[in-house]
Amino acid sequence: MDSSPRAFKANARAAVKDPQLKRALAHVKVGFIGKRAKAVARLPEFDALRDAARDIKVHTLDHLDLYLERYEERVTAQGGQVHWCPSAADARAAVLDICRRVGAKTVTKGKSMISEEIDLNQHLEANGITPVETDLGEYIVQLRGERPSHIIAPAVHLTKDLIEADFRAQHSHLPPERSLEEPRELVEEARGILRERFLAADVGITGANFLVAETGSSIIVTNEGNGDLTQALPRVHIVIASLEKVVPTLEDATTLLRVLARSATGQEFSTYTTVSTGPRRARDLDGPEEYHVILLDNGRSEMLAGQFRDALRCIRCGACMNHCPVYHAIGGHAYGWVYPGPIGAVLTPGLIGIEEAGDLPNASTFCGRCEAVCPVRIPLPKMMRHWREREFERHLTPRAVRAGLGLWAFLASRPELYHRVTGLAARLLAALAGRKGRLRSLPLAGGWTGVRDLPAPQGRTFHALWAARNRRAGT
Amino acid sequence: MSAGRDAIMGGLRRALKRGAEATDAAARQTVDRRLDAAARGLVPARGQIPPAAQVDLFEAMAVEQAATVTRIASLEAVPAALADYLKAANLAPKLRLAPSPELQNLPWDSQPMIEIETGPAQGSDQVSLTGAVAGVAETGTLLLASGPEAPTTLNFLPDNHVVVLKASQVVGAYEDGWDRLREIYGRGSLPRAVNLITGPSRTADIEQTIQLGAHGPRRLHILLVEDTESGNGA
Repeated sequence: MDSSPRAFKANARAAVKDPQLKRALAHVKVGFIGKRAKAVARLPEFDALRDAARDIKVHTLDHLDLYLERYEERVTAQGGQVHWCPSAADARAAVLDICRRVGAKTVTKGKSMISEEIDLNQHLEANGITPVETDLGEYIVQLRGERPSHIIAPAVHLTKDLIEADFRAQHSHLPPERSLEEPRELVEEARGILRERFLAADVGITGANFLVAETGSSIIVTNEGNGDLTQALPRVHIVIASLEKVVPTLEDATTLLRVLARSATGQEFSTYTTVSTGPRRARDLDGPEEYHVILLDNGRSEMLAGQFRDALRCIRCGACMNHCPVYHAIGGHAYGWVYPGPIGAVLTPGLIGIEEAGDLPNASTFCGRCEAVCPVRIPLPKMMRHWREREFERHLTPRAVRAGLGLWAFLASRPELYHRVTGLAARLLAALAGRKGRLRSLPLAGGWTGVRDLPAPQGRTFHALWAARNRRAGT
Repeated sequence: MSAGRDAIMGGLRRALKRGAEATDAAARQTVDRRLDAAARGLVPARGQIPPAAQVDLFEAMAVEQAATVTRIASLEAVPAALADYLKAANLAPKLRLAPSPELQNLPWDSQPMIEIETGPAQGSDQVSLTGAVAGVAETGTLLLASGPEAPTTLNFLPDNHVVVLKASQVVGAYEDGWDRLREIYGRGSLPRAVNLITGPSRTADIEQTIQLGAHGPRRLHILLVEDTESGNGA
């Protein structure tokens, strides 16, 4: 699979024909959706909390410069250091500088999508430093030389038999008779391996779910505890975070935390929510001696200026992809960049350009489930539509689509002709479909019928049905 | 000021159309006020109940998240309760104790079998015992803060984490926990690590099947000390 959004169509075609992927993705539908629904039903205030969460993010983005100023002041006051990095290259260089200065050989890592965004692992490896992913899902995809396919469940595209094969291939100490059939046995194996890495690491790198301006803190949520071992054991803790992670106060972070876990995994609360502030204090007996924050822009200040600002509210829960019929069918890798699913379809063009990622905002049925479940109420379908408009304005839309839209516009502005043509088409398609009511193939519609049937019209158009209904009502 | 900071701040100010002195001052005032107020948002009704009910809710929610809870009558009962736990879980009588005078001064000599070391956790430790700052009833969440008497590694390295929580420390919502921290550490400052812990370590990264004991403790055991009148009612 080509890992670029430019290859989206080819990737998606390959993905829908992959039976292993299909089996793995079945877990997304039953797992995430059901668990979220249960958690939401248990908290009567959930929808009101979503409004509050949205308002906090809107307010913070409107004052982002000022909150980041205060945030830095509090980090510095407690012995930490903020590194402002306009680009991915700046962020990579800042991390490498710190690692080199302390002579780091091994770096343990908590889960971070920003790390993926800046290609940190590749950069560290190229410079002789070994990055070790410690989140179980991240560890598995690192073993496979892959990228995460989901922002909170990196290995969701894999079945346990594939993971077993990877462990056997890479953990050379494993005797062949040792059973690794059950998830429990795989978790146990990874725990043993990673325990040694945690204790040996020189630097620990974590992401951040939130940065708190009031206290200069970074907050991470995990279930495994890997993020905590990553930051508590090595001499240096580096936090990598993007600008929009900042929130004003602990109370604001709390409101967002109340919707985060419920939206993500359907948990009441994640097992570990950790608020980290600066390095170890004078009398502390453990904890890192240095605390650094790599603060990444990488296109976000530009997004803040335009009509995609609302996408910066995202708290990376994954609910939009968990509920997306497109994601269910093709998984995350097909999107070709760091952020898959509906939020990826909006963010990716914003961060790397619509020229690079033009297919992504088109990969939507506009069913609206993503917006319906978003904990900060990002209008994802509307934003995908904005991207489509931009593509059209910039003549990036394929010629066949432009021709089709032109034809439709011609008809739509001539109502009499439109009714006649659509009426004829509806009758014709209904006749072609016969009693089954669906079409297995249709000239010019191979893009649709290649992977699924086309439901045929019932023989009459909406306009005709509406007119008939009004006539009945009138008599 | 670094060039990176100038570039990012410049971009943000342009995006937010800053520049006019009066509106900038108003924005700054809005931000300062919000930070000073640290006002509570919407707090779910679930935890806003009488203290004894909060203790019950804390226990029920913690147990739901696979923690185990034993209620004991007093702090002095901790050593015996820990000995019982070790026996029931078939663990060696060895303990890594948080270096807190309150915990160290408990009647440990009543349990001479237990070998006690204090200090931060070592990779080989099987059982740790720590205190807590608060217990949040809303979700059965423990709130622990790092410090000379509470090394963070104790909460994550050993296979078994035992926490002593007093009923009087149980609060309704996380916000009550933040207020407690502000009382201890002052406004705008926090200890290096504040750990909110809800049950033992787990993962669902393999086929969405929950497995306990991913990297942190396999078991979280809470010794709930009924030190309040209301806490005794249950």
